[in-house]
Amino acid sequence: MPEQKVVDADWLLLEAPRERKFITGAQAMAEAVKRANVDIAIAYPITPQSEVMHLVGDIWAQGYLKDYYRAEEEYGAMSAIAGAVRGGARAFSATSGPGLLRGIEAIASWPGHRIPAVLGVLTRVVNAPLSIQPDNVEIAYLLHCGMVVLHAENQQDVFDFTLASFVISEKVDVYIPIAVCTEGFFVTHAKGYVNMTPEDMKLPPRDPYKAPVPPTDCEIPPARIQRDAPVQKSNFMSYLIHAVWQQEVWASNRRAMKYIYKYLGGPIEVVNPDAEVFIVASGCAAAQGREAVRYAQLEGLNVGLVKVKSIRPFPEREIREVLSKAKAVIVPEHNIVGWLAKEVKASIPDNDKVIGGPRVYGGMTLPVELIMEKVYEAFGIKKEKKVVV
Amino acid sequence: MSFKIYEINEELLDVMPQEIRDLQFKATWGNPKRGVMDLPYSKELIEEHSLCAGCPESMALRYILASLPNPEDTIIVNSTGCTSLVFPHIALHTVHSLFGNQNAVASGIKRVLEWRFPDKVKDVVVLAGDGATVDIGLDCTLQSFFRQEKITTICFDNEVYANTGGQESGLTVKGHVFKMAPKGKQWDKVPFWQIAIDSGCHYVARLTVSSPKRVETVIKKAIYVAREVGPTYVHLYTPCILEIGLNSDDGLDEMRQRDKERFAFFEYMTPQAEEVINRKKEEGLL
Ligand SMILES: Cc1ncc(C[n+]2csc(CCOP(=O)(O)OP(=O)(O)O)c2C)c(N)n1
Ligand code: SF4
Ligand SMILES: [Mg+2]
Repeated sequence: MPEQKVVDADWLLLEAPRERKFITGAQAMAEAVKRANVDIAIAYPITPQSEVMHLVGDIWAQGYLKDYYRAEEEYGAMSAIAGAVRGGARAFSATSGPGLLRGIEAIASWPGHRIPAVLGVLTRVVNAPLSIQPDNVEIAYLLHCGMVVLHAENQQDVFDFTLASFVISEKVDVYIPIAVCTEGFFVTHAKGYVNMTPEDMKLPPRDPYKAPVPPTDCEIPPARIQRDAPVQKSNFMSYLIHAVWQQEVWASNRRAMKYIYKYLGGPIEVVNPDAEVFIVASGCAAAQGREAVRYAQLEGLNVGLVKVKSIRPFPEREIREVLSKAKAVIVPEHNIVGWLAKEVKASIPDNDKVIGGPRVYGGMTLPVELIMEKVYEAFGIKKEKKVVV
Repeated sequence: MSFKIYEINEELLDVMPQEIRDLQFKATWGNPKRGVMDLPYSKELIEEHSLCAGCPESMALRYILASLPNPEDTIIVNSTGCTSLVFPHIALHTVHSLFGNQNAVASGIKRVLEWRFPDKVKDVVVLAGDGATVDIGLDCTLQSFFRQEKITTICFDNEVYANTGGQESGLTVKGHVFKMAPKGKQWDKVPFWQIAIDSGCHYVARLTVSSPKRVETVIKKAIYVAREVGPTYVHLYTPCILEIGLNSDDGLDEMRQRDKERFAFFEYMTPQAEEVINRKKEEGLL
């Protein structure tokens, strides 16, 4: 293990020299953890996530982290993460599909308990029949628990989002957890080029006293004697305490937006802003959307892409602006429920122009041709379908 | 360590109820020889806590709080249930997370405090009900024992889910009629003290809280052993007088009766634990 030098967080994220490596998404996540001065990581096996936490285990064995262990299961893992962060540590875990759902009672309590942890979500099928294939329906379950939710398109995003998440989540005016999601297998097990910050540089350590709530370490008086007191007395005060606390969680979520601009170039990326028809997509679907824009260009069709990087906070204003003049909006997704299409529809006034789909799930790939069918539909172009018998 | 973990803003001192002031001014911090004998003069839990009048859980909590050898550096992790109602009314760092995950949360805290404060003693104590410890939290409880986490786990066994209105738990005795067991419980009370031994605890005790002094000794032993050796487990009978139909002043009698049968005092220790306990006795701390 090289001696790592602590460098300024802004400099590391925005200016540090980068080296280009051809690595998997799982490697990209672990490499970000390596540079993030993480104290403790807690693991539990599930495909396709396991690869990430194997690699994080290796970097712990090399001395980059102070503690690492295989937990009892995800509920225990996510609860221990909450304990470690209360104790003052910077903590990381990752999971997939059923593991996320098993851990979600604990995960959903993190924002309210003001736990600035970073969680890798390497998506796969949830629900029956059991399958380990990529499908991102699980992100829908994360959208309403208060945490920041980022969705990475490729290996580079995985690295950048993960490293920046440690910085953003610990900002005093944010101080809630961040989920960095990406598609299992398609990104975790596939290689891509990643420009990485130097291996011998890391973020400054977490300062647990620079916080809106104190750590549970008996060193300073807590804001309240029980930091996370249950508000069980049935009276107006208890309802009010819960209400203002949750309002603050969601306000913190909105406040993360300025850091998403600062460190990740904003919550959306727009390709061809003057397009007539837009594809709005996140994660892997954005990569396929990018290809569809290229196909359309070859055919002389004016199609653009809005890649959504931040699902929470959701860039309503930004999306509304870009889509204001679009005549149709296509939302391809890797899940059956169409959670992104619903978010987009809820953000724009003339939402009858949103074409939900194409949707693939259960592990199916998303061929560009499927997106193109919707593009033709949007332009009113009738293509003959060749049926080969 | 900070003795300022509970400090009332000076500007507000004159409007604070006497009890709240007592939590600060009658605290017995910084003395490992503190114990239940201090109770008449000290304040650990305000009278206006949210448990039923006469609930033995409140007695148990008082004795435990008075006995912690290192309260200024002790973190209590609790769980949802009647026990959780008292924690906002004491002067210690405590965590309420969820129902059943207390030993996992405690594992995370303890591990981090070990390396953040290598030269200090930070005790982490879990305190939760029977439902939290043995039913919903069984996995997290046992796995923390398996992993040899250096935490003390105290179970307040009232043999029922009290906080949700009196349902059967794994620690209810066979045949007892509670909600969700309208024909009486069909299977035996789980002998969790035995399971704790088999799962790697270094000090295990089972008792009622009828004798404050005995509670003190057991708690101190459990904490000293956990600090140096590994997990320890204390199983306390704290009957839910409300759900078994007793009056507020009946709790003590109920416990005294059970002292003679299913909660007869029982203690187990490994040789490493015994070594610690003997040393602490020599030091006059037990
Ligand atoms: C996940 C979850 N399931 C169920 C509950 C409801 N619940 C809250 S307290 C409680 C009973 C607690 O029983 P026990 O641990 O024995 O403590 P007691 O109230 O008896 O002291 C239950 C079932 C909950 N809060 N969370
Ligand atoms: S319901 Fe039972 S356990 Fe809960 S406070 Fe009342 S007497 Fe105690
Ligand atoms: Mg109970």
